[in-house]
Amino acid sequence: MTIRDIFDTLDYGPSPESETEAKAFLDAHDRRFGHFLNGSFTAPGAQMFATAAPARGQHLADVTLGSAADVDAAVAAARRAFPKWSKLPGHQRARHLYALARLLQKHARLFAVLESLDNGKPIRESRDIDIPLAQRHFYFHAGLAQLMGAEMPDRAPLGVCGQIIPWNFPLLMLAWKIAPALAAGNTVVLKPAEYTPLTALLFGQICREAGLPKGVVNIITGDGSTGAALAAHPDVDKVAFTGSTEVGRRIREATAGQGKALTLELGGKSPYIVFEDADLDSAVEGLVDAIWFNQGQVCCAGSRLLVQEGIADEFHARLKTRMAKLRAGDSLDKSIDIGAVVDPVQLKTIADMVAANTEGETHHAPIALPQTGCFYPPTLITGLSPSARLMQEEIFGPVLVSTTFRTPDEAVQLANNTRYGLAATVWSESINLALDVAPKLKAGVVWVNATNLFDAAAGFGGVRESGFGREGGWEGLLAYTRPTTATKPLKPVAAYPAPADPAPADPIDRTAKLYMGGKQARPDGGYSAPVWGPRGALLGHVSLGNRKDIRNAVEAAAKAQPGWAKAPAHLRAQILYYMAENLAARSRDFTDRLRAMTGAPAATAEAEVEASIARLFTYAAWADKLDGAAKGVPLRGLALALHEPVGLIGALCPDEAPLLGLVSVIAPAMAMGNAIVAVPGQPFPLAATDFIQVLETSDVPGGVVNLVTGAHAELAPTLAAHLELDSVWSFSSSDLSRAIETAASGNLKRTWVNHGRTRDWTSPAGEGRAFLEAATAIKTVWVPYGE
Amino acid sequence: MSQPTTQTSALSVAHPHLPQTTEPRPSVQPLDLDWALDVAVNTSAVERRCATLPGRRSVKKDYQAAWLLKAITLIDLTTLAGDDTAGRVRRLCAKARQPVRPDLLDRLGMPGVTVGAVCVYHDMVETAVAALAGSGIPVAAVSTGFPAGLSPLDTRIEEIRRSVAAGAAEIDIVISRRHVLTGNWQALYDEMVAFREACGDAHVKAILATGELGTLRNVARASRICMLAGADFIKTSTGKEGVNATLPVSLTMIRAIRDYHARTGYRIGYKPAGGISKAKDALTYLALLREELGRRWLEPDLFRFGASSLLGDIERQLEHHVTGAYSAGFRHAMA
Repeated sequence: MTIRDIFDTLDYGPSPESETEAKAFLDAHDRRFGHFLNGSFTAPGAQMFATAAPARGQHLADVTLGSAADVDAAVAAARRAFPKWSKLPGHQRARHLYALARLLQKHARLFAVLESLDNGKPIRESRDIDIPLAQRHFYFHAGLAQLMGAEMPDRAPLGVCGQIIPWNFPLLMLAWKIAPALAAGNTVVLKPAEYTPLTALLFGQICREAGLPKGVVNIITGDGSTGAALAAHPDVDKVAFTGSTEVGRRIREATAGQGKALTLELGGKSPYIVFEDADLDSAVEGLVDAIWFNQGQVCCAGSRLLVQEGIADEFHARLKTRMAKLRAGDSLDKSIDIGAVVDPVQLKTIADMVAANTEGETHHAPIALPQTGCFYPPTLITGLSPSARLMQEEIFGPVLVSTTFRTPDEAVQLANNTRYGLAATVWSESINLALDVAPKLKAGVVWVNATNLFDAAAGFGGVRESGFGREGGWEGLLAYTRPTTATKPLKPVAAYPAPADPAPADPIDRTAKLYMGGKQARPDGGYSAPVWGPRGALLGHVSLGNRKDIRNAVEAAAKAQPGWAKAPAHLRAQILYYMAENLAARSRDFTDRLRAMTGAPAATAEAEVEASIARLFTYAAWADKLDGAAKGVPLRGLALALHEPVGLIGALCPDEAPLLGLVSVIAPAMAMGNAIVAVPGQPFPLAATDFIQVLETSDVPGGVVNLVTGAHAELAPTLAAHLELDSVWSFSSSDLSRAIETAASGNLKRTWVNHGRTRDWTSPAGEGRAFLEAATAIKTVWVPYGE
Repeated sequence: MSQPTTQTSALSVAHPHLPQTTEPRPSVQPLDLDWALDVAVNTSAVERRCATLPGRRSVKKDYQAAWLLKAITLIDLTTLAGDDTAGRVRRLCAKARQPVRPDLLDRLGMPGVTVGAVCVYHDMVETAVAALAGSGIPVAAVSTGFPAGLSPLDTRIEEIRRSVAAGAAEIDIVISRRHVLTGNWQALYDEMVAFREACGDAHVKAILATGELGTLRNVARASRICMLAGADFIKTSTGKEGVNATLPVSLTMIRAIRDYHARTGYRIGYKPAGGISKAKDALTYLALLREELGRRWLEPDLFRFGASSLLGDIERQLEHHVTGAYSAGFRHAMA
């Protein structure tokens, strides 16, 4: 091509980024890597595997397949490093994080080129997005390390963190994991994805250059078996995982009952809603950043286009025009929009899913693709119904599916018609519409008139089967800490046995029923059990709820929760105060009941009733005081952290505090706008059933609080497995934590269980922020503005 | 789309850059306010698109040289200063004929490259026309009380007529910003129709003075109304406002051009003016046009840079391309 030819065509031509330095890094290691363990690289292992450049099908290096012994060694190194690292003053940790940020910046281009080679993503993305965001994460967390001591005095690091990250944003996900862990004083063992280990290994080198103490960061390469060994390792205190929902579920099951902290950031099928008053050209351009960013291999990709029916044809036409302008090519070409899919296996998955679809119209962008390498064309599939497999399942490729809606309400329904809940995008020029819709979307992140905005200061994470926990901001740091409160093993609390020669029952005793949907109900099974006092007195009968009662109670809760969440916080506070009033009016009855059931001295029983009244006051107070935040993100706009109710909570109440335990569990759930199905403490249930009258007389809307008495061991698995419950809590003295965490993997509901440890219900540990945090999820709503 | 019959006038034979040689000239359309005003422009999103574009497209080596040569052919080489004299304008015209050193053009295999037009005040039109005789380079005159546009309407229209009579092939008019700022769209339209009529066969560029319109939404609305009223080109700025051509304003205007093309089949030209002084900036503008409107727009009949110092930077870049050594300003002839 002569200059005159180009003058006529005005083609872009090749614009390659140099790979000289990246090759030099690989060659310096003879293209064979061991692990980065205890501050240095180990020799390449017995078993190796190759990592390749997917854009070229070119071998890059061999890395070590981490064995169980390698994982042991890495965890041991991290454990040895923990005491000293965790005791460093925050300022010293801040300096280390700052040094890492600086080095990431100094070697920015090397990281970017290596990332694009290994992953296949366009150099523009690694250079302009991934690497700068990773740097920013370390700078931000240097600041959190500096401030943590003063701002979070009652929190301590967890210990050794096992972190498993995906291949779509290798270095950025590393930063999201390692920065908060180190800031909080933990040490880490990180396993990068099998397809993309190279930037993590380069990061290991950076750790050495930064003078990070040995063992604080350990990088173990490997495959799924290496990750499984790390997640299940008995000496790991916290597991943080980003990846597929399927693997997340396995990790949930593998770690169940081990007492490990767990955060999961999983898949998504995020809606991208375009209202008729949107800036359509900008919404089209937004889709380029939503579904064709990183070849659509983004957990929060706006992959489900919902467009208002009246503008759908016009919008699709504009979108197709835009698709024709996308350029695909080698990942190091500076003039491309679309790089390579990470691996031939992934390419085949995408192609097979699209090929299997028989609905709607499939449009592939009419653009040139490289002849070699893993490339898939940007694709739009219109006219799909919500029931189509491609509308429900994550494709994890550059494939956008589309359907239409008629009204804002229908848009919300369609958006929420998914098992996932990671992110959502809303396009509208009306602030009323956008800010009305944003809170209604089941998602951890909502972008208004933008998409895929990220920053270290703003929390990121999902709801439903997109996982739990937040990364970024103070909320992300919290997930790498634990309360400093000391706990002890919790002894099982047993009911008093039947006397040898029981007295006959009072012919007009009150029958304690279940309570659901605002009504007292007989148990489905038709069974009840006697409750005996410490001296053999028959105190009454308690209904034995079964799985169907749980089902009915959850149904009632699901009906009530949306309205309760919408009720003004002031009203929820008034109702909690009203409950306190009514409890106070009957304090003598409750005191007597507690004494009769437990045999506690009068003062103790009285104190429990008083504490219960105080607790209701606490949460009435909190109802309108758990403020959100406007985050300090680098954007002309707002990034709002909103506390939203978790939704439906199932809870097993403490056995050792029959009344206070019940109140401590239901009140925070109520205050934050949740509906709850509570199973009262098992051995002494009659204070809870007496409490039904308090609920009935305090204007609590039916279904907000539901009580199902019965055997914890029988009801817990049903609660934990229920696919409509969003969270399950257990403070039972029965050994149920493992069973609950295992069963919770079904819909990946959040869990909060005691792992057989005590909680002092009369102390500050029995109330406050820990409960509020468990009762809420943070939604980050991004609203760029400007006219 | 089928190409309507091309009308050939004496003017267009003399000046092959004019739109009517390759495209049917846009005719005045009825004022459809529903369409013109119903336009959403999300400023933050537009800014993001513009901010990421330079990272998405780059041209290197021979491609860069070719693109920069193309940029030269799209320049309205401009002098609009109070101290302009006939001598100054003749120098500018000489530079317009030979914008790059002949030895460099020869080594690039592109002899004969000229700029798109020369742009002057009315009083300099005759001088410029004479200086450019035989070159095929048209003369553009800024008009209608440029830059503020606040002289009496009849004198503004008369100014156009005189410039056309003096030989200007292109007239860059300024709109009355107050009509936009007060929402007097009918007045804006009527004024533009009158200007277009006064231009006759000369093609008309409507300067929106976007730096004074307040919002991108106003820019989009003013663009649409001027196109309906028969503007051949829409242009950002006089170069005298506080803020002149920017990428977000350009994106807003070229999306309006795209909408108008989809609606009427007419291709309207685009001219960013003021503040584009670097070769790299010029490449970004060309890429923006190429991405949002397409290759067709990157010809002098549909795109111009209003610039005075851009050429100097491009000359230096071209010499660097040829020699491999960074260049110096004094190695290139001044205007």
